[in-house]
Amino acid sequence: MSKKSFRQAINEALAQEMERDPRVVIMGEDIAGGLGAPGEDDAWGGVLGVTKGLMGKFGRERVLDTPITESGFIGAAAGAALRGLRPVAELMFVDFMGVCFDQIFNQAAKFRYMFGGKATTPLVIRTMFGAGFRAASQHSQCLYPIFTHIPGLKVVIPSSPYEAKGLLIQAIRDDDPVVFFEHKVMYDVEEEVPDEPYAIPFGEARFVREGEDVTIVAFGRMVTMASQAAEALAKEGVSCSVIDPRTTSPLDLPSILESVRETGRLVLVDEASPRCNLATDISAQVAEQAFDALKAPIRMVSPPHTPVPFAPALEDEFVPNAEKIAAAVRATMRAPSKQAAE
Amino acid sequence: MAMSRALQLSREDLLRAYRQMRTIREFEERVHAEFATGEIPGFVHLYAGEEASAVGVCMHLTDKDAIASTHRGHGHCIAKGCDVQGMMAEIYGRKSGLCAGKGGSMHIADVSKGMLGANGIVGGGAPLACGAALAAKTLKTGGVAVAFGGDGASNQGTTAESMNLATVWKLPVIFVLEDNGYAESTASGWSVGGDAIKRAEGFGIPGVRVDGHDFFAVHDAAGEAIERTRSGGGPSFLHLKLNRYYGHFEGDGQAYRRDGEVARLRAEIDTLDRFRRRVTEAKLLGEDDLAGVDREVLALIDDSVRTAKSAAAPKSADLLTDVYLSY
Ligand SMILES: Cc1ncc(C[n+]2csc(CCOP(=O)(O)OP(=O)(O)O)c2C)c(N)n1
Ligand SMILES: [Mg+2]
Repeated sequence: MSKKSFRQAINEALAQEMERDPRVVIMGEDIAGGLGAPGEDDAWGGVLGVTKGLMGKFGRERVLDTPITESGFIGAAAGAALRGLRPVAELMFVDFMGVCFDQIFNQAAKFRYMFGGKATTPLVIRTMFGAGFRAASQHSQCLYPIFTHIPGLKVVIPSSPYEAKGLLIQAIRDDDPVVFFEHKVMYDVEEEVPDEPYAIPFGEARFVREGEDVTIVAFGRMVTMASQAAEALAKEGVSCSVIDPRTTSPLDLPSILESVRETGRLVLVDEASPRCNLATDISAQVAEQAFDALKAPIRMVSPPHTPVPFAPALEDEFVPNAEKIAAAVRATMRAPSKQAAE
Repeated sequence: MAMSRALQLSREDLLRAYRQMRTIREFEERVHAEFATGEIPGFVHLYAGEEASAVGVCMHLTDKDAIASTHRGHGHCIAKGCDVQGMMAEIYGRKSGLCAGKGGSMHIADVSKGMLGANGIVGGGAPLACGAALAAKTLKTGGVAVAFGGDGASNQGTTAESMNLATVWKLPVIFVLEDNGYAESTASGWSVGGDAIKRAEGFGIPGVRVDGHDFFAVHDAAGEAIERTRSGGGPSFLHLKLNRYYGHFEGDGQAYRRDGEVARLRAEIDTLDRFRRRVTEAKLLGEDDLAGVDREVLALIDDSVRTAKSAAAPKSADLLTDVYLSY
């Protein structure tokens, strides 16, 4: 056990899985870097240094830099997965998935079903997402709802370094295609992370905090924001549960329902655009299955329905934060409970 | 030295070429310095070193012609006539910026000037240029479109698809490959398979390879290509070999480069130095003409930075505007 950053946790998961299984290869643009250039090899180790050092350990045969051809190499990763490799492909920013989406959603996601259950596609696509970097409209999106929408894909959003390591190891060992979302603002976040390999199963939510009044469900970086909000609210005498589903597909709905049955109030926090996102999806499922348990309308905290703006003041306003979450919680506490209305 | 048509440019045109290249250089050197202070947010990719491409090409264009640019777009913007003050304000994320502070360095655009935007997506521009060319052809404006793209972008499917589309639709589009030797940290010698000119020729598009540090060579080649394309000859291709003076983006440690690589380029084949030498040796412009331009440009850039720094940020309400015309 030692303190590790989100970046180091991911790097360690990759290294340990590559060590364990020679079929694991990684590929992506500049994931080592310096190919054909006169200076240092492994000059980048990925655009934010996440894969740094892996080329030195495993060589260029297993750490494959690619030209800028996302359709080509993401599709090649899918094809290689069908034929015995276990590729971990890095799609630098999830925004670039527009270039290669066909290979993901029509190809990799559907092989197993279309081929009558006779194919496995052990592919992981690691990708960076989220706002907060002043990176503007084409480098700041979340987009995980789009992948969650596609049957056949598993979708993972780690919310801390510990989670990142265990979930990535699980993703690599999983036989289905997995899209693994890394929030770009979190790479330097540190916490205690075990040195040895461990896997966190998919579809099992984490109870970050247990409370009685309100259930807050949040994903990725928003888990931190939700915890901060819960901390502040505790001082006001409002006790919140915070649930991190960890994976949006599969989704641990039973855990969410169980908590909602206890608290009767639900606040959903999702950094993705507000239409057809995880908040609306879970809201619909809770309304369908636990309407009777609700004491107040479900609240959703998401950005407005706009592209991500560049100007810092606008971006700060765009992203959900602890204050906005706390305000939503207070609003559900104020809403007349059913008993009071009767 | 072969006789260049561009050496026969009028004094006004030569001054204009120098002014634009100087403006790009000064703009980028200044953004580099200001970025280091932490005041400029986001991702910034500088064009310094590549000035002859933007200017040598865009001097043949007017507002009825369009260009599609890249993430390294400041030079294209300036050469296509974007307002420098508005650009600087945009880079600072101000309301007075060309995109009202919503786009930033990677998305500067001025559609009224035929500048269809810098682009955050590598390879995103070539199809748009084909569309602009289709519009010009259909509406019979006489306009052409230029797709600027890097060596990295040349490997995207969109580039290949656009070249084929341009040929089969006979579009008035010129593909300009700005080969600065690297895509991020990866050398183009490794990443670009085969030969760029032959790739173009494979699609039936004639291509020319040009020294991208030589304004006169670029101006000549671009002039011929654009003339040919404008007069109905179909798409053209230029492969410009050039260099960037800064990292891939601001903050790039550039460990992949040879020590002293940029210093040597600046000392030996700098575009602006070469331009100055050519025009003064041929007595087309005097040192004092050039120095006058330098002073003018410096004042403009100084002023644009000062103004941008003190300009207002967008307001809360601006967050929700411009998504739709109506909803
Ligand atoms: C579709 C897509 N893939 C990857 C990137 C990340 N990226 C931005 S610039 C760049 C390198 C581009 O190289 P090149 O086309 O040669 O242009 P240069 O930076 O050299 O001007 C990369 C990989 C991106 N922005 N978009
Ligand atoms: Mg390049």
